[in-house]
Amino acid sequence: MAFEGLTGKLQAALKRLTGKGKLSEKDVKEAMREVRLALLEADVNYMVVKDFVKKVTERAVGHEIMQSLTPGQQVVKIVNEELTALMGGVQSKINFASNQPTVVMMVGLHGSGKTTTAAKLAGLLKNQGRNPMLVACDIYRPAAIKQLQVVGDKVGVPVFERGQKEPVQIAKEALSLAKKEQKDVVIIDTAGRLHIDEELMDELSRLKTSVEPHEILLVVDAMTGQDAVNVAKSFDERLGLDGVILTKLDGDTRGGVALSVKAVTGKPIKYVGMGEKLTDIEPFYPDRMASRILGMGDILTLIDKAQAAIDEKKAEELEKKLRQQQFTLEDFLEQMQQLRNMGSLTDIVGMLPGVDMRKLSAAGGLDEKELIRTEAIIQSMTREERQNPSIINASRKKRIAMGSGTSVQDVNRLLKTFEQFRKMMKQMSSIERSIKRGRFPLPFF
Amino acid sequence: MDNKGLFAKLKTGLNKTRKSITARIDQLLKYHGEVNEDLYEELEELLILADVGVSTSMRLMDRIRERVDAEKIKEAEKVKLVLKEEMMDILRNNDKDFDLRFPAIFLVVGVNGVGKTTTIGKLAHLFQNQGKRVLMAAGDTFRAAAIEQLEIWANRAGCQIVRHTEGADAGAVVFDAIQATKARENDVLICDTAGRLHTKKNLMNELSKIDRIIEREFPEAQKEVLLVLDATTGQNALSQARLFKESVNITGIAMTKLDGTAKGGIVVAIKNELDIPIRFIGVGEGIDDLQPFDAKSFVDALFEDA
Repeated sequence: MAFEGLTGKLQAALKRLTGKGKLSEKDVKEAMREVRLALLEADVNYMVVKDFVKKVTERAVGHEIMQSLTPGQQVVKIVNEELTALMGGVQSKINFASNQPTVVMMVGLHGSGKTTTAAKLAGLLKNQGRNPMLVACDIYRPAAIKQLQVVGDKVGVPVFERGQKEPVQIAKEALSLAKKEQKDVVIIDTAGRLHIDEELMDELSRLKTSVEPHEILLVVDAMTGQDAVNVAKSFDERLGLDGVILTKLDGDTRGGVALSVKAVTGKPIKYVGMGEKLTDIEPFYPDRMASRILGMGDILTLIDKAQAAIDEKKAEELEKKLRQQQFTLEDFLEQMQQLRNMGSLTDIVGMLPGVDMRKLSAAGGLDEKELIRTEAIIQSMTREERQNPSIINASRKKRIAMGSGTSVQDVNRLLKTFEQFRKMMKQMSSIERSIKRGRFPLPFF
Repeated sequence: MDNKGLFAKLKTGLNKTRKSITARIDQLLKYHGEVNEDLYEELEELLILADVGVSTSMRLMDRIRERVDAEKIKEAEKVKLVLKEEMMDILRNNDKDFDLRFPAIFLVVGVNGVGKTTTIGKLAHLFQNQGKRVLMAAGDTFRAAAIEQLEIWANRAGCQIVRHTEGADAGAVVFDAIQATKARENDVLICDTAGRLHTKKNLMNELSKIDRIIEREFPEAQKEVLLVLDATTGQNALSQARLFKESVNITGIAMTKLDGTAKGGIVVAIKNELDIPIRFIGVGEGIDDLQPFDAKSFVDALFEDA
């Protein structure tokens, strides 16, 4: 997951402030020097960093925090606000045209991930009930058309291609076919090109003039360094971008690009690519990302994920059970299965506040197998045992261990965890109301 | 390898880089005239903008300050020469000549989209031109149409290719390719691999497995593990180099896309911190646009007066 390095550095820099009752100008300046280095190491553009540090220092040293009760916290809040502002404030979506089809054009450097992202976006829109079509306009890279056909096929979206024909011509033909077949979104995949390649940039201009796309999206590799702003600027000046898609955010990049691109071009980041699967695309939420950078966790995304994976009605039932402390191992099992629907454990835990993903991955991540083992243990119990674990005696334990291919110790550990968990739930009843409001009854959190 | 014309080519490739970096430094020096704190700060800024990275930039600047003091350098102009020398020192440090013995096997690795397949195409062309017989192994069995892409490059370079179908085991492809190389008595085997983020444990383990297959099946060949890096990449390239090195013993780096405006300064940091030599640079889209790396030419071209 991206941003951990930056998070760690920023947290360390700001931690020194949060403990203090009074802040001197020197304290702030010192912390800001650390913040500056952290941002530079995260590949945030030099000029953007300069600007950012200046802004935060001004606000922090000014009377804004001098009257505050916890000045340190106040600085963190200022940094958070400025980070969010830097990334574009609110979430931006694709603008759909009033008269169909909406034409989306993907542009970018070589290897930024245009073809994969085009397919991911098409798949996402299809799942949202739209009827998209992909157009193969990368006539240069060997086998690029074939690649789009394969990924298009995987997401179940038709791909229009005319071989190595002139891209403008291909796009025109595609558009008229899309109208005839009543497609509502047309996504054009273009060849990767350098922003200083006059000839190929000109081709994009012509493509723009002839098909008049509603959205021109720049696909940017999240690992890009200082040059990102030059690239984004050039494409923007030439074509007038509508937004940016960041790819490969699932690595350990500190993702400084996210901060730079919007600041320099004024164009919002609309989506982020988070993995190799064709469903790994997410809308970009600047405020959530800012919280993530500061290590405040990304509870909102977590809740989104939970809502997608969890049956509303079952959740309500569970909530009731929790309240009445009738939570059984059977419910535990069900919870676990739903949790696994939400994605990899490591990813989920990474969204929680205060979790340092760096340390987590250094420890080899979370053991998904542990979950599978636990599932096997519970499944090897009888119904009665699941309802009432207290009846599980030594011989039952032996049988369960045999049945699940684990050891008696494993069974013991599970039972102990479950008991602790039940106790914890009792204590939780006081904060239960807030859980309910957050529509987030998962006991694991 | 032929060094003639390399300098010119490199200069064209690095033209943009050179212009932006030296124009600013020259402007800076003209403006300042003599050595002062502003000069140091702005030189540091220039290094950071070139993606050299914070820690390496700082180390370079410390070293320059020391030398300026020790050597009593007064003119700002001379500071540039010192900077150039220091950068070259880092790039040359421990650098043994790239001496290839045949048969040789190249394992080409890197994250997604850095230009592995293209680099393999160019590399094959380079060896074929030297009269070597090259075989390619289509080891990227994951990405859609990657095999087709490599096949087209094999045709262009005029070499043979061993391929399985998409989704096949990459290790098996490499195994077969090794047997074929031995049977056909080829000189060079170049193995493509699927792009993978260095943080994905399973995928990195797969690489180690392929590496072990090579060790076991082809011990008589000189093994080179080439990490392909995109010049556009920033500080993450360091992390890529570090983590790839943990799973397979990276013997060299090929840096691609140096024909853009990206400065590729991260190679200095990688050499400095991990001591991995840079072997090739990609300076264009043509089949001839892969050049052996030469530290002197690289720094000279970077700092050449406009």
